[in-house]
Amino acid sequence: MAEYAVELRNVWKRFPGPGGEVVTAVRDVSLKIADGEFFALLGPSGCGKTTSLRMIAGFELPTEGEVFLHGRPMGRTPPFQRPVNTVFQSYALFPHMTIGENVAFGLQMKKVDRQEVQRRVGEALEMVRLSGYERRKPKQLSGGQQQRIALARALVNRPEVLLLDEPLGALDLKLRKEMQLELKKLQREVGITFIFVTHDQEEALTMSDRIAVMEGGVALQVGDANDIYEHPNCRFVADFIGETNFLDGVVGALEPGKARVDAAGGVSLWAHTPQPVTPGQKVTVTIRPEKMHIRPTATDVNLLSGRVTDVVYIGTDTHYGVTLAGGQTIRVREQNYSAESRLLAREGEPVSVRFAIEAARVLTE
Amino acid sequence: MSSTKRSPWLTLTALLVYFFLYAPIIVLIVFSFNASRTNVVFEGVVNQGPCGPFYWYCQLFRNRDVMEATRNTLVIALTSTFFSTIIGTMAALALQRFDFFGKNAAETSLYFPIVTPEIVMGIGILVLFSAAFGWINAALALAPNQRLTMGLGTVIISHIAFSIPFVTLVVRARLHGFDNRLEEAAMDLGANELTTFRKVTLPLIAPGVLAGAMLAFTLSLDDFIITFFTTGPGATTLPIYVYGLLRRVVTPEVNALSTIWILVVLVVVGISQWFQTRE
Ligand SMILES: Nc1ncnc2c1ncn2[C@@H]1O[C@H](COP(=O)(O)OP(=O)(O)OP(=O)(O)O)[C@@H](O)[C@H]1O
Ligand SMILES: [Mg+2]
Repeated sequence: MAEYAVELRNVWKRFPGPGGEVVTAVRDVSLKIADGEFFALLGPSGCGKTTSLRMIAGFELPTEGEVFLHGRPMGRTPPFQRPVNTVFQSYALFPHMTIGENVAFGLQMKKVDRQEVQRRVGEALEMVRLSGYERRKPKQLSGGQQQRIALARALVNRPEVLLLDEPLGALDLKLRKEMQLELKKLQREVGITFIFVTHDQEEALTMSDRIAVMEGGVALQVGDANDIYEHPNCRFVADFIGETNFLDGVVGALEPGKARVDAAGGVSLWAHTPQPVTPGQKVTVTIRPEKMHIRPTATDVNLLSGRVTDVVYIGTDTHYGVTLAGGQTIRVREQNYSAESRLLAREGEPVSVRFAIEAARVLTE
Repeated sequence: MSSTKRSPWLTLTALLVYFFLYAPIIVLIVFSFNASRTNVVFEGVVNQGPCGPFYWYCQLFRNRDVMEATRNTLVIALTSTFFSTIIGTMAALALQRFDFFGKNAAETSLYFPIVTPEIVMGIGILVLFSAAFGWINAALALAPNQRLTMGLGTVIISHIAFSIPFVTLVVRARLHGFDNRLEEAAMDLGANELTTFRKVTLPLIAPGVLAGAMLAFTLSLDDFIITFFTTGPGATTLPIYVYGLLRRVVTPEVNALSTIWILVVLVVVGISQWFQTRE
């Protein structure tokens, strides 16, 4: 059956603002998340990630639209009757209970018998490699350990879906990287659907099967890491994921699948058109720095002349800043793959920047 | 810290503060063993009857009026503490959790009685009760023995009323900084509202609730003014009784009573301290 673990269908959430105005936190979001998927909700602060997650958990009810869990409409089902569990950003471990009692809480609520509870709590603690910590209080654990307990407390219930709200936000960088891999591995093992909220694009790219990029309450694009990086559907997504260049211009000539875009200062280039455009339309072209090259003698279709304004050597790559005739500055990244990588241009020198038509994408919004 | 030189003036001030706080209590306790019937001069330790130095204490326990006043005081204090703690805690939770129209006004007016002079409250309550009772008695044409009058009931109701804001204030302080996520986490793990309250909310705010209850209890125990206005026949409390004695002669019996009273309060405060530090 083509049934999704979680589906959001045209979900809206409006809050009353402090001054009596209406704050729209989530705007017409539709998402389909498959069983066993590691799905990330990615976006800047305040874009509605937490609110979306809280509507799935049942802490908030949608103003409009419906949330489905395995095809069942959730309606006004309270959180304690939904087959999902949450790992909170602040962990929210019960401070007055021991680690063992914390992890056992969900099972006790389900009236699982005593021995079974003990066995599964033991298993869960083993899974997060914290066996033998049952008697401790949350305060006596480090941040990373608390994070793992929060995970164990949720996973021990074997939920259909696990919701994680920036669970690694409070950890230092090294621990964070470790936990990212660990979490990914764990998800593979247990096979539970994970919905992971983060504002860190690198984290989303490393961990998830698919990503929804959100902004201003709207889910702008949904796709896997490669898709989102290579085929962004709007300026925001292209900008938010990785580094990129933008050139604003007007559509000149059209050919199937590509268009000539004329930018300021006589700068003109051919770019791939994923969406239909019409001549004279104002558009933006995005080109990733690593897809452009500096070769003084090349004869590609797309050849932009400019002057080098800065050179940054960082070992694996060299970054060049190039100012074009229209005053636009673009960044070009050259990989230093040969044994004796040399500088391709110096500051102040005139250069030509070349790139394939497919490397440049026309964005209409 | 220990290496900082202490100012002798500071030490002296501290000692004086303690002296003025505790000297009256010590004198009071000493005089409860006085051989003289008056509280003016100490004529040595009493040694009379089977109780020896505790003569006045034994006299006290033989005094029917004292025993009745004690019983009344405890009944009033325990009942009013029970109800005001529940109502006050619920009010604190509601103020913490919900946003509603006129919330600020509701909160301010809740705390207003704390700063209102007690005498004003006392008179207000008296007027309210007499008016209400007069109206009800007349409306129902009750026989003289059935009429609503001032008594234990009115004292308890007024004590509940003046204790609620104090309980709410103390519980609110405890709730400040309470992480709502903890309740959400409990519900997320399958606990319904009631179980969440029992297993998570209540244990976490218990020290505040207990402190509020203790405050309500001690406030009720030694309340004079409001009780004075709302009491009736057969509802004499200890403060009212002692006040009555003072108008005649202050025997060491009063001191003995006060000494026991202090001990009880000491124990109650001790218990509440123990509960709070245990957490
Ligand atoms: N209970 C609420 N009442 C009013 N406004 C709210 C409420 N919850 C969220 N909002 C608003 O909705 C918007 C989205 O909030 P949300 O918490 O979902 O953002 P987020 O993407 O999780 O951000 P962050 O990365 O900072 O956690 C914000 O503008 C926020 O101010
Ligand atoms: Mg958030």
